[in-house]
Amino acid sequence: MALINEHIKLRLIEKFGEQVSGFEEPYGMLTFKSPKELNLKVLNFLYDDEELKFRFLTTLGAVHYPDNSGQELAIVYHLHNLSDNVRIRFKIFTDINHPDVYTATGLFSAANWMERETYDFYGVNFVGHPNLKRILNVEEMDYFPMRKEYPLEDQTRVDKDDEMFGRGGTFGFGNEKAENGRATIAEADKPGKGPEI
Amino acid sequence: MSEQHIKLPEGSIEKTTTTLNLGPTHPATHGVMQNILELDGERIVSTEQTIGYIHRAFEKIAERRPLYQITPLTDRMNYCSSPINNMGWHITCEKLLGVKIPKRVDYLRVIIMELARIADHLICNSIVGVDAGAYTGFLYLMQYRELIYEIWEEVCGSRLTTNIGRIGGFERNFNDISFQKLEKFLKEYPKVLKEFENLFQRNRIFMERTIGTGAISAERALNYGFTGPNLRAAGVDYDVRVHTPYSSYEDFQFNIPVGTTGDNYDRWLVRGQEMWQSLSIIEQAYHKVQEFKGADAEVYHADVPEYYLPPKEDVYTKMEALIWHFKIIMGEINMPVGEVYQSVEGGNGELGFYLISDGGRTPYRLHFRRPCFIYYQAFEELAKGGMLSDAIITMSSLNLIAGEMDS
Repeated sequence: MALINEHIKLRLIEKFGEQVSGFEEPYGMLTFKSPKELNLKVLNFLYDDEELKFRFLTTLGAVHYPDNSGQELAIVYHLHNLSDNVRIRFKIFTDINHPDVYTATGLFSAANWMERETYDFYGVNFVGHPNLKRILNVEEMDYFPMRKEYPLEDQTRVDKDDEMFGRGGTFGFGNEKAENGRATIAEADKPGKGPEI
Repeated sequence: MSEQHIKLPEGSIEKTTTTLNLGPTHPATHGVMQNILELDGERIVSTEQTIGYIHRAFEKIAERRPLYQITPLTDRMNYCSSPINNMGWHITCEKLLGVKIPKRVDYLRVIIMELARIADHLICNSIVGVDAGAYTGFLYLMQYRELIYEIWEEVCGSRLTTNIGRIGGFERNFNDISFQKLEKFLKEYPKVLKEFENLFQRNRIFMERTIGTGAISAERALNYGFTGPNLRAAGVDYDVRVHTPYSSYEDFQFNIPVGTTGDNYDRWLVRGQEMWQSLSIIEQAYHKVQEFKGADAEVYHADVPEYYLPPKEDVYTKMEALIWHFKIIMGEINMPVGEVYQSVEGGNGELGFYLISDGGRTPYRLHFRRPCFIYYQAFEELAKGGMLSDAIITMSSLNLIAGEMDS
């Protein structure tokens, strides 16, 4: 019998009951979530089961939802069953103040750098990771840049001439200085939501 | 007196291994990536990779750009085969928007993507030759990469970072000159590829350098998330074009070359064979495109008024076209809500785009599944126990492209 989404959903509910929820099929890919403590149990079940066989970790990433208090960071695993050609998406949510998630590197060696990248961008602490340090950004960086509260550009840089970048709004041909003497950009030129009109 | 003593780091006198920094700027690393090697004589004991030297924060930038402005970002990931990145991104957007693409556009896309695959594999294989010491193959083959550049230039205007195509198809129809250039390429390249193969394939020195080095088993490769030619060299025939066909790949007849041991020689052979298969696909696609006659031969994009710019004559004369033009350029189009994952077979493997949209004008989250980033983790396992020169060849035969690694 072909492995269809309905059947995968039944197997998951049979094994985990109420703990797996949020079943959806956006564009044909079964998506579900579970509490973050169960992430390894679900991943191991999907890996070991002889019928489900999700043994390939396609990708792992995080998404920040600042409005879901208590569940701001979502970690999304995309898994792939190569022999039956079925993909599945598994999400766990964690509080941004205690972003501790069990690492999947014991099961998938591919998760090693993918979790480092997620730590680098969002600050998710993968418990048990062999080498959790920043991978793409500089080591001295002390914030997690992909979180929604950080704008696209670093506002604290003093070495950029804003006038040359189309900001400043003055004819002073220099940086606009704020009260504390640091360079800043004019209020009207600060980036907002979506592309500028 | 004691101030004149030099303080050495802890344990540096008793150390029996040499630390070598294969630094970010190095003629043998193709792109900026750093490897700190611990060597015992010439044998590698361990490696530590540092990447991120060309990290340009594409995923963050994409949260502030409308869809068509993200295409130039995707160009710069795997810059050796940028049309594949562009097409993959357009196919992802079309999946989110629910756009159906006409067959002629699909076949033209296949031609462009397979040319990009040939361009990528051509560089990788000739650079493996350069790292083994044979420079001639590289220079000879680069001349034919120029022909591919000319075809892309005729279609989109750019050679390397192409920004080719639009959501819905292409920006202009392929003119006769581009088809003539394609025919010239199809006529001249096969015999050049054969000469290149004769130079390396049964060459005793090349075989001794590459057979048995940098090998990986299929189980370890799958666990590391390998895809593309590196996985196929290890024996697993996973190809996104066959597993989840996109852009009408199911209409074409081609084979998937598969290796056995996953060593450098197998990777070289798999890429070489894939170039032959790509040539065959391009010829089939070209014949199929020529079968469209009359009005069908003028179709080069789907009808997506919200994302595809209307023709300029209409913008100056018709009201609706003017409004659409204004809305698209000023970025006032809202995307449908949804999350979609779409992958294409890039030069290095499964290049995936995970797009989450919240109904706004720009993506809420865009994550690129970059094959180079994922399989470079395995480099330590591939190089450990081998010699330094083998590690250099392993690095180039994996086809590591820094742009794709760091995004």
